[in-house]
Amino acid sequence: MNTSNLSSSSKDALVIANDLAKTFDVSASWLTRAIERKPRQLLKAVDGVSFQIEKGTTLALVGESGCGKSTVARLLVGLYEPTRGGFTFDGQDAHAAFKSDNAKAMRRRIQMIFQDPYASLNPRWTVEAIVGEPLHEHQLIEDEGELQVRVTELLQSVGLSSQDMSKYPHQFSGGQRQRISIARALATAPEFLVCDEPTSALDVSVQAQVLNIMKDLQRARGLTYLFISHNLAVVRHVSDKVGVMYLGQLVELADKHSLFSNPKHPYTRMLLDAIPKLKDTGRARTPVQGEVPNPLNPPSGCSFHPRCPIMSARCKIERPSLKTIQGIQVACHAVEEGRH
Amino acid sequence: MNLLELKNLVVEFPSRHGTLRALDGISFEISPGEILGVVGESGAGKSLTGASIIGLLEPPGRVASGEIILKGQRIDNLSNDQMRSIRGRKIGAIFQDPLTSLNPLYSIGKQLTETIQTHLPMSDIQARQRAIALLQDTGIPAAAERIDHYPHQFSGGMRQRVVIALALAAEPELIVADEPTTALDVSIQAQIIGLLKNICKQKGAAVMLITHDMGVIAETCDRVAVMYAGRIVEIGPVQQVIHQPQHPYTVGLMASIPDIENDRERLNQIDGSMPRLNAIPAGCAFNPRCSQVFIKCKQAKPELKTVDGLTRTEVACWLQSDLTRSTL
Repeated sequence: MNTSNLSSSSKDALVIANDLAKTFDVSASWLTRAIERKPRQLLKAVDGVSFQIEKGTTLALVGESGCGKSTVARLLVGLYEPTRGGFTFDGQDAHAAFKSDNAKAMRRRIQMIFQDPYASLNPRWTVEAIVGEPLHEHQLIEDEGELQVRVTELLQSVGLSSQDMSKYPHQFSGGQRQRISIARALATAPEFLVCDEPTSALDVSVQAQVLNIMKDLQRARGLTYLFISHNLAVVRHVSDKVGVMYLGQLVELADKHSLFSNPKHPYTRMLLDAIPKLKDTGRARTPVQGEVPNPLNPPSGCSFHPRCPIMSARCKIERPSLKTIQGIQVACHAVEEGRH
Repeated sequence: MNLLELKNLVVEFPSRHGTLRALDGISFEISPGEILGVVGESGAGKSLTGASIIGLLEPPGRVASGEIILKGQRIDNLSNDQMRSIRGRKIGAIFQDPLTSLNPLYSIGKQLTETIQTHLPMSDIQARQRAIALLQDTGIPAAAERIDHYPHQFSGGMRQRVVIALALAAEPELIVADEPTTALDVSIQAQIIGLLKNICKQKGAAVMLITHDMGVIAETCDRVAVMYAGRIVEIGPVQQVIHQPQHPYTVGLMASIPDIENDRERLNQIDGSMPRLNAIPAGCAFNPRCSQVFIKCKQAKPELKTVDGLTRTEVACWLQSDLTRSTL
């Protein structure tokens, strides 16, 4: 582990990701490659991402589909093993811990909430079994009586009642289901919750209920969140710090207020401009040109350069690294040169 | 004259446990060239309204009563064959997922020319030229080459452009667009919304835009209808509905949208969720979630009525009438 990177971190950072990277092998089969004379194809889903999350705060990752934000989430809960780099949790190397005999202790402290509450709950299990499973699995309860008490507490903490215990997922609405998954994630009393688009499958009025509950729980239990979303308005509401991802890399990392009031990276500005706003009705937006390039064949230099309005010759050749400029971490030559 | 008029449309689904009423008396009209937005939560009946207009209600769903009138002609009681000649020619449709609206086995050129030749008397060469022109209009680069490509060779945003070209192929006067940008990323969404708005203005087509995204409505539509549990609760000019919402549901809905421009500590939440079709409460369907509910709300369904002081807004809420409110 590279200690020089760790020394700069503040002491209350709970999660420190250091050059986290994940590459997937998406090559065709050996035979096809031999016949068609094609090389191996590697997809760099996450390509060197570093950040830290302080205890009790929320880091939001935003970006368009395919930018690697969900892969980061899966790396942080140990569903994927990093190709390069790693992250420390409370001072411990997490991926080493996931592989050790003591893996359960680490898994207990990091839990995940998934996007689709219809797919992430087993339809054949009662709510009691769903929420109680982590309690059994981690041997956090003594007997059935205690299970009932704990499940009731958990359900009440997300605004459901003890009568809901014997029901099945199909008897609940989308918002209620997402609250059941939150209760399940909270069962092991984790310190860190990884939330992958937790409200994108929900209607706005229901989304408000879930976001409010998540904020209340964070305050009451001192939870730390990694919140992944493509909705910048939601991100503005829940986060303390925001990371913007593009093609597997962080292009801007800043605290919420500076990011929304003074976005630096041209991609961040483009994303903010692309959101339809309620106030300027009938306003003609300048639509963003182009689309996200194929991640199998990313552009040279800065991967955003084909869509960038302030692109220069340097951007085509040299990949910008994340640098701290006026207290904001941004990876852009133009910002660095003061051209924007 | 109105281009499209819905009069008291009722759609029912017969089931073993009794008949479920999914649309309960929908009435509105769309003028030529107008963009009407329809918003509401999932299950409010917005897509069903669109499906009824294009005659694609899935059985056992059926129009139980009411009328759909397109340019003075009733279209809700037409046979399948008659409806086929209207669909595509007079009403175009755009659906949410562009991959499922295109046939993966045919090139997009084949799909476009087929639609064009079904509705317009054109030779193969003319139809192909028209298809290329349509693709150019919808912003597909190198249209003359890309016309022979298959749907999987296009990205999501490009596919939705092809779907828009298909919908416009026979110059319909009305486009029913059901969540056309929901499956797309924000940056692409902005492009597609801009395209839809401009191209429909250019070709003089009216649009019924179904979405759950109030931001998209604000930017695109002339008027907006807010639906709740199979009924329209509020309809009016976009500016008025957004800035002076009248129905308590619209007020709550507007306040629950996270604001990109401002920080708010807590979002306003409407407690509870929309009732299921088999458990719609008596009176106003919103009454169990409404903060200003009074006796009348539990007894009778409110009808859409114009609001004093607001010229073109209609609201279905008992709070609007001058009855003495006996609170519960």
